Amino acid sequence: MSREVVLHRVRSALAGSKAEDLPATSAYRRTGILTAEQKLHMLEDRLGEYGARVFRASEQDLRERIALALIEGKKLRMVHPSGLPEAWLDGRISWTADSNGGGEELSLARIESFDGVLTAATVAVAESGSIVLQHGAAEGRRALTLLPDYHLCVLFEHQLVETLAECFERLKGSATRPTTFISGPSATADIEMTRIKGVHGPRFLDVILVAP
Amino acid sequence: MSLITIDPRKAAPFPEAAAEILRDTQLRKNVAHATDVIQYKRAAVVAEKDDWQALRDAGATIRKEALQHLDSYLEQFEQQFTRAGGHVHWAADAEEAQRIVLGLLREVQATEIIKIKSMTTAEIDLNRNLAENGIRAYETDLAELILQLGAELPSHLIAPALHKNRQQVRELFAREMHLPNLTDDPPALAEAARLYLREKFLKVKSGVCGANFLVADTGSVCIVESEGNGRMCLTLPDTLIAIAGIEKVIPRFSNLEVLLQTLPRSATGERMNPYSSLWTGVTPGDGPRNLHVVLLDNGRSEILADTTSRQTLQCIRCGACQNACPVYRQTGGHAYGAVYGGPIGAILTPQLFHMEHAQSLPYASSLCGACYEVCPVKINIPEVLVYLRSKVVDQNRGKLASVFNQERVAMKMMARILLSRERFETAQRIARVLEKPLVGKDGWIHWLPGLAGRWTAARDLEALPTQTFREWWKERGNA
Repeated sequence: MSREVVLHRVRSALAGSKAEDLPATSAYRRTGILTAEQKLHMLEDRLGEYGARVFRASEQDLRERIALALIEGKKLRMVHPSGLPEAWLDGRISWTADSNGGGEELSLARIESFDGVLTAATVAVAESGSIVLQHGAAEGRRALTLLPDYHLCVLFEHQLVETLAECFERLKGSATRPTTFISGPSATADIEMTRIKGVHGPRFLDVILVAP
Repeated sequence: MSLITIDPRKAAPFPEAAAEILRDTQLRKNVAHATDVIQYKRAAVVAEKDDWQALRDAGATIRKEALQHLDSYLEQFEQQFTRAGGHVHWAADAEEAQRIVLGLLREVQATEIIKIKSMTTAEIDLNRNLAENGIRAYETDLAELILQLGAELPSHLIAPALHKNRQQVRELFAREMHLPNLTDDPPALAEAARLYLREKFLKVKSGVCGANFLVADTGSVCIVESEGNGRMCLTLPDTLIAIAGIEKVIPRFSNLEVLLQTLPRSATGERMNPYSSLWTGVTPGDGPRNLHVVLLDNGRSEILADTTSRQTLQCIRCGACQNACPVYRQTGGHAYGAVYGGPIGAILTPQLFHMEHAQSLPYASSLCGACYEVCPVKINIPEVLVYLRSKVVDQNRGKLASVFNQERVAMKMMARILLSRERFETAQRIARVLEKPLVGKDGWIHWLPGLAGRWTAARDLEALPTQTFREWWKERGNA
């Protein structure tokens, strides 16, 4: 059995030396210092740099803001995970739900045929300009936010943290769910280091920030 | 015949391969441009982190800790990943890893696979092995696609096709994808790749990837990418096989808060790469149901045993050392004759081959230390380079007629001369006479015979002064 062979080799390799005392890893900045408004600004800035658009909305006009973004962008046939709040879905748009694991699942070709996908998020990181999606009722399965060319993501202010350390603290309880960090639309720099927006993932990413 | 290969057992020594590549001015231009751009971007995003040095320290500690208890962390990963419905396999060498992957793919009757860029699969020459067994691998990373269509070798850890410019890519895509009207505008080239691969993503039912990190305490696999081709391969197939070196494990999920700050900044000069995926075993209704991780040793446990060069295994494959290296920046990756080029390749490759091959690589450096300075996990590459040079000498001791033997005789002679003042002064007088026919009108020596000629092949040597300081002092004292 190669399992035993490899483990035996590793153990003999380590047996010859004493474990070194390692310095603690805590000297880097873990806790944020920005105000709520500064955090929102930073996220807007950084997502903007990646080529994503960011809109603001209040809880009351969220439904209208979603509808406006979609109508403006001519994204009229939308797909969404089945656990998304009904209140977000305006009647001027055609909506199709994808069940999460149970019930009827859309085929990959079907998912791809929509103009775009609307989801919620788990957490967002201002410093790195990232939104984090985890498998769940309002964020769906991973294919759902991958195949359509347009992703509209709703993020609440209380979901926004400043540092990556704060983000991992929040993810601790759900670490084993499929998790995707999204920092702007799909991109490549493989040809002469020229950043090109949009290769295989959604080429267009919009984020709606819900803050009072 | 070209001297360029990525099999270190067949590769030409670095100086020969480099000499050939240095004549390719287009390649040198492309490599210089690409490494300049990444370095410039990296410097900007590193400068805005006032805790950068603390992050490097933390990164080094995380990687060291993983290596010091590698056996327990590997077992913990195995246990957690298996509990979540995945399967873990162990491969002692490249051949066994190939066999495992082939067996798994045959079980599901796969004839095609989609692949995420992975240095480890290149290390074990997986694509060739699969092709010989009737399975076609489609590379889906843009740069890897460029290399695959052009039957070319990777030349950089992060941007393996950085030696090609847009016109060269355009020629290749136009020919291979039958697109005569394609322009050399990068967005048009990316769009061509998007359309070419789209159908494969939706159709091919098996995927193969590497791993950036294996997380021991949760049993998660982490893949860091930009284009979304990774997400496609991780999400759409029914079967997914990840091949990872045993050193890729990290102790804790929260360690990612450090490494996901230092890796993207070091690799592409971004605060964060567009997509990072984390997955733990099987999730019903989301992604592959048949999940495998192959843990590959292939020489790594031997490196682990040596406490000086163990740090080589801390590497997180960001490529920052390549961009910073004055040698790599001239030659690109192909001269290193291995999948892993640049400073990290110069220490990793010979060790992966038990110091029996790629012996010229530890010398492919001026020891300037730029690689150490940019390394996000603080691998002291110059220290390991010097250490490996001594190992190369040891390895060749006793082999007759080797250049190292000549060198050894010369070194012994030097030692005897330097041990005595009389002998040293005599040697200086003799050398002044012997060098005369070699000194040019400008007072410099441009050519030396034999082994010493290696010095003058790349540099000039100033002639000895007509009088040494001691001689002058003596003369002055007597006056």
